[in-house]
Amino acid sequence: MNQDTQSYAIELEGISKRFGAVQANKDIALRVPAGTIHGIIGENGAGKSTLMSIIYGFYEADAGVIKVDGQAVDIHNSQDAIKAGIGMVHQHFMLVDNFTVLENIVLGAEGGALLKQGLNAARKELKRLEQEYSLDVDIDAKVEDLPVGLQQRVEILKALYRGAKVLILDEPTGVLTPQEADHLFRILSSLTEQGVTVLLITHKLREILASTNNVSVMRQGEMVAHRVTAETDKDELAELMVGKKVRLKVDKEAAQPKQTVLSAEQLCVSDSQGVERLKKVSLELKAGEILGIAGVSGNGQSELLNVLSGITPMSSGSIAFAGQRITAEQPKTAAQMRALHMAHVPEDRHKMGLVTGFEAYEAAVLGYHDADTYNGKILMKRQAMVEECQARMAAWDVRPLNPHLKTANFSGGNQQKIVIAREVEQNPEVLLIGQPTRGVDIGAIENIHEQIVKLRDAGKAILLVSVELDEIMALSDRILVMFDGAVVGHVSAEEADERTLGLMMANAWQEPQGASA
Amino acid sequence: MSQAKVPVWVNVGLIPLFNIMLALLASALVFLAIGENPIEAAGYLLYGAFGYDEGIGYTLYYATNLIFTGLAVSVAFKAGLFNIGGEGQAYIGGLGVGLVCLWFDSSLPLLLIAPLAIIGGALFGAAWAYIPAYLQARRGSHIVITTIMFNFIASSLMVYLMVNWLKQEGLMSPISRTFEESAWLPYLHDLLAPLGIDMGDSPLNLAFILALLCCVFYWALVWHTRWGYQLRTVGTNPTAAQYAGIDNAKVTIWVMLISGALAGLVGVNEIMGVNHSLLLNFTAGYGFAGIAVALMGRNHPVGIILAAMLFGALYQGGGELAFEIPTITPEIVVVIQGLVILFSGALENMFKGKIEAFFLRRAAA
Amino acid sequence: MFETLILILDATLRVSTPLILAALAGLFSERSGIVDIGLEGKLLGGAFAAAAAAAVFGSAWIGLLFAIAASVSLALIHGFACITHRGDHIVSGVAINTIVAGLTVTLGLDWFSQGGQTPALTGAARFTPITLPFADQVAEVPVLGLIYSELLSGHNILVYVAFLMVPLTYWVVFKTRFGLRLRAVGENPHAVDTAGISVAWVRYRAVILCGVLCGIAGAYLSTAHNAGFLKDMSAGKGYMALAALIFGKWRPVPVLLACLLFGFLDAVAVRLQGVSLPVIGEVPVQAIEVLPYVLTVLLLAGFIGKAVGPKAIGKPYVKERA
Repeated sequence: MNQDTQSYAIELEGISKRFGAVQANKDIALRVPAGTIHGIIGENGAGKSTLMSIIYGFYEADAGVIKVDGQAVDIHNSQDAIKAGIGMVHQHFMLVDNFTVLENIVLGAEGGALLKQGLNAARKELKRLEQEYSLDVDIDAKVEDLPVGLQQRVEILKALYRGAKVLILDEPTGVLTPQEADHLFRILSSLTEQGVTVLLITHKLREILASTNNVSVMRQGEMVAHRVTAETDKDELAELMVGKKVRLKVDKEAAQPKQTVLSAEQLCVSDSQGVERLKKVSLELKAGEILGIAGVSGNGQSELLNVLSGITPMSSGSIAFAGQRITAEQPKTAAQMRALHMAHVPEDRHKMGLVTGFEAYEAAVLGYHDADTYNGKILMKRQAMVEECQARMAAWDVRPLNPHLKTANFSGGNQQKIVIAREVEQNPEVLLIGQPTRGVDIGAIENIHEQIVKLRDAGKAILLVSVELDEIMALSDRILVMFDGAVVGHVSAEEADERTLGLMMANAWQEPQGASA
Repeated sequence: MSQAKVPVWVNVGLIPLFNIMLALLASALVFLAIGENPIEAAGYLLYGAFGYDEGIGYTLYYATNLIFTGLAVSVAFKAGLFNIGGEGQAYIGGLGVGLVCLWFDSSLPLLLIAPLAIIGGALFGAAWAYIPAYLQARRGSHIVITTIMFNFIASSLMVYLMVNWLKQEGLMSPISRTFEESAWLPYLHDLLAPLGIDMGDSPLNLAFILALLCCVFYWALVWHTRWGYQLRTVGTNPTAAQYAGIDNAKVTIWVMLISGALAGLVGVNEIMGVNHSLLLNFTAGYGFAGIAVALMGRNHPVGIILAAMLFGALYQGGGELAFEIPTITPEIVVVIQGLVILFSGALENMFKGKIEAFFLRRAAA
Repeated sequence: MFETLILILDATLRVSTPLILAALAGLFSERSGIVDIGLEGKLLGGAFAAAAAAAVFGSAWIGLLFAIAASVSLALIHGFACITHRGDHIVSGVAINTIVAGLTVTLGLDWFSQGGQTPALTGAARFTPITLPFADQVAEVPVLGLIYSELLSGHNILVYVAFLMVPLTYWVVFKTRFGLRLRAVGENPHAVDTAGISVAWVRYRAVILCGVLCGIAGAYLSTAHNAGFLKDMSAGKGYMALAALIFGKWRPVPVLLACLLFGFLDAVAVRLQGVSLPVIGEVPVQAIEVLPYVLTVLLLAGFIGKAVGPKAIGKPYVKERA
């Protein structure tokens, strides 16, 4: 390929975007040759979605230039992006469920004040598009009656109908079956044959390798590498994506696992739409060990935590814990699980773990507010609550040491310490802990890690969910890797390295020949 | 994460006050629009409400109803529910009070009737709130709509009962017989007279004390019991409530029972304290006014007492005003009430961002 | 017997008219995602403005214009609070209802000094009945003649407008570009935003239309159905229209039927006052009056069908951080 005569569908120069304290995109440069599939890969929070939202006009960049076909364009909103020939298929489809496919497609491009003409014209145009790109879909069907794979096709048609020459797809296969995903990639490649340029955002290496012409890697808001797909391989990409992690040092002895305290058999969870989010997950958790669950977020880890802690019901499978067998028919509520000495530090402390409007001492009893220690016959023992909170805050070095301060006014690290202290100080048999150090400052991270190890050494069983690979590697004694709602890998701490885990997380791992007996 | 914070007093004090000032400013414009001097009018209002003993008594009497309904709206708000049915609950609560009085007034002494009537009012009010609460919690029907519908159903039910069953024989208008005096809640001026305190004749009665007790009850319940803990959790972060093992549906139901019971106590003041007979339309919009009181009182009992006194003063002063300036109707008070709901409720965010940004800039500088 | 039925149906049309207009008004607003319990206030405000302007200018048509202007202003306040400032839709609706309840009487007293009422309207200041062609001639024809002359003829223009509004609303909502966007914005505003359409502008247009229709309904109350403005003359019709809107599941034709049903019950209740029916005996009027509300509650609770409103209703639209 000759770089000079190459024409670029999209060129980005110096794109930066900041959300409050977070630098989501830093000085991004990107050139996408016309008529190619260009992959963008990176971990969670690497800034891929933000970048695409900027190209599509959903956010405005703080700085930088966007060029389409060599011309700089001003994109302030989606309308501008559509005019510039850019279309986007969002991760969560932007469809009106109770509209027909046709109505969804013409929305915003109706071609006149009356629908009839526009719809008829669209019908013809869609016939043509469907044939040209082999995108069959019943345009008179209601969207809510279509399977997700077809809904996605509607999104693609919607973009093409608006004359998109550049099509952005954000994690398009997350909701698809493997067959649907294959079909999608066939569609995408036929699109490029017609001169459409495709930008594919994903964290799945296999898809990148199988379908793209070029690939760019993002890490922590920056564009770190560009490769021609044919000239790279999954190992290099995995390493680029994950980066050279600073090995977290956690002082800990080898684990001395004892009896199994919790075991899950074939756990399945479906969401309200009936989509299976957790697929036949089985695991055993022993006293005195830390079991790490690695994976890119959204691959079933949250569902696992919620089903184990009794927050969401399982659709099938069973949990054995504290001498009880918990099934879909005989469920236990979150309050009952807690009473059986299961503690849970949720992944999102703002959404779930705390009530940010509460004072610290109140937030410090959430979930245990019914306990006798905090309650008299009628009134709560406020004095006792405050004193206990004060003591815990001192022990956990929560600052400022003020039990009456609103929880919202503590820093992320101190909020997290309040939550972890609350759960750990109950002296639970099992601790479920999700993203223990998300949004936590460096100093607090170390402290939190020490406490987790201390709890393990006290003979407790700990299930750790984290999207931070280095955290998983530093703390875990055993590691399970989740992908698409299922457990796809199981390695011991000694065997674990970034490359193996990265490949497993991207579902691209193959057992070395003859390695397993 | 050391971001500049907006001082607490700005959010708790300045912004609410600012919004109320806007509402009063808009009210002043209404006075100007009808060619009256708002300052002069405010003078009459204040004099009517606080200028003499009877005026104060009337102000507090109105405030009593508003405290009940304000607390009712507020406790539901705390759990994230909008109880717009205070009007109907107060109405049916009054029925409960009236029935107790009609049944027992010739057989029991006041000391027994009073608690029975209070329980009757609370129970009837709670029962009326129960159905919408149950339907919201278990069948997902929207509580705002169902409570509105229940206001109308209550109104028709009362007309039916009054006309067909409870009306005193021989009367044209649907009013029950007057209760025996043993079922009259004592007036405060009667109670205080032996102590040498003269406060003029006003309808202010013991229900006012009950209202204050309800404020204490509210304060203790919401901030000092595990039930209050649960309802505040449900109201501010339902996901966290789920995480904490709190049954949202159950909380919804019993919070609405409490809310309905509080609204039902309006009947104690109106039926047992003042009218001494069961009649139609004694709720006179107090249920809706409770929304303004709760919003203005920032869902805190002290705030609610102050807001109820303010609106009580407006009701009483409004009468005085209409007397002094015949071109003004007491309804102008309703306008002020509506403006307060608009500016401290619906438009509460209008200047919030700007004021906060001002303090953030100052803090950053 | 037949004549009685015709008379009841005739009354049904008269009583249903403001319900139909207000319910269709609510349909526009709620289809766009804006909850409107302020129908009552807009109705009352419209009624007052119509009567006041008609009294001053001596023209029902000028009254109608003022009613629409007043009602649209109130709708814009609601829009300003709910769309621009993401205020609570219910609180805003309550505020508008309360303000109007007080303001109409206050201004009425100041302007006309009749205790808050407007002067009685006569002549051109009212919308008077229109006799359809040949109505008198065919009145004697059995059955059809009576239906034509009594039931269909002899209403004022706003009654006909209300009924014409039903197909018109249907057409706007389901056959025009605006209607498509309106329905989309109430279901999934994100889809509308990403399609390059302004969510706020669609919603503002919806509340303005809502204001226009409520204004007409208000004018009907004070300058057609009655001859002047009375305190609180909307008497819960706005809330009943809201119930009809829900009962009709936010669709124009079912909403019309719900309004007719509610209007019919009202007309029957008036007729049955003190009448002893065979078998059942005397039916309390209140039992009939209360039926619209009871039916709506039963529907909401899923006991008779299911009322599923627009999905994004009542939720302020905020661009999410991806």
